[in-house]
Amino acid sequence: MTDSPGLHFKTVLLILMIVVFAPLGNVLLGKGMKTVGPATHWTAADLWSVFVRICSSGYIWLGVASLMTFFVAYMLVLTWADYSYVQPASSFSYAMVALLGYLLLGEVITPLRWLGIAMICLGVLIVGHTPPRTTAVKA
Amino acid sequence: MREFLLLCVIVVAGTGGELCVTRAMKQIGEVTDFRPLALARFILKALVVGWMWIGIGMMTIAFFALLAALSFENVSFVVPVTALSYAAGAVGAVLFLRERISAQRWIGVLIVCAGVTIVLLSKH
Repeated sequence: MTDSPGLHFKTVLLILMIVVFAPLGNVLLGKGMKTVGPATHWTAADLWSVFVRICSSGYIWLGVASLMTFFVAYMLVLTWADYSYVQPASSFSYAMVALLGYLLLGEVITPLRWLGIAMICLGVLIVGHTPPRTTAVKA
Repeated sequence: MREFLLLCVIVVAGTGGELCVTRAMKQIGEVTDFRPLALARFILKALVVGWMWIGIGMMTIAFFALLAALSFENVSFVVPVTALSYAAGAVGAVLFLRERISAQRWIGVLIVCAGVTIVLLSKH
């Protein structure tokens, strides 16, 4: 496969969507689940009542919609790019989710945790500079 | 303990699910036509691949484990820890999808793992 400009643009655009919608979805789910609260006894009845509360939470549905947008973009990009290329590139979202958690949910993030997240990003940057497809393409 | 178990399920089921979905999508081929009707036909085609359903099942399990973890933990803790799926993903891509992974990429994966370790340590 030649790495054509068209393919490159498509890849970048979809990865951008992945990086925005995945963290946003997770933050919305976090917000929703804090409202729902944890299961206390893990009995069938308890889990059912938690499930009903999950299904009636607006934040959860918004989060699911955001994650579905992410998932469609992800599935599309995986039809031409390698999984081991897309997954690292999309993991910028790990930093984004911390930032959104801090800004939107007011989560306290210690300097040590920021350091860990920064290292995750560094690893991602190193991994990201590899060609999008390494497996042979069938003729 | 409950937390550790949930994080493991999120990483293993999530990565396993993604690998299965990738395998299914590669079987179908590259998307070249982005018109709505063509995309709908493409989705229908994806739904008859067995690996797709195994992948969706595993991702569903990972999703509910994530919800359970988020009910008592911060998003900024749970999600960075799931970056461990990098290591799982790299190993899985080699074994299951026959992708080649360069030394440079392995170094990146190792740094990510170190970052996740620091995030885990930041909890105590």
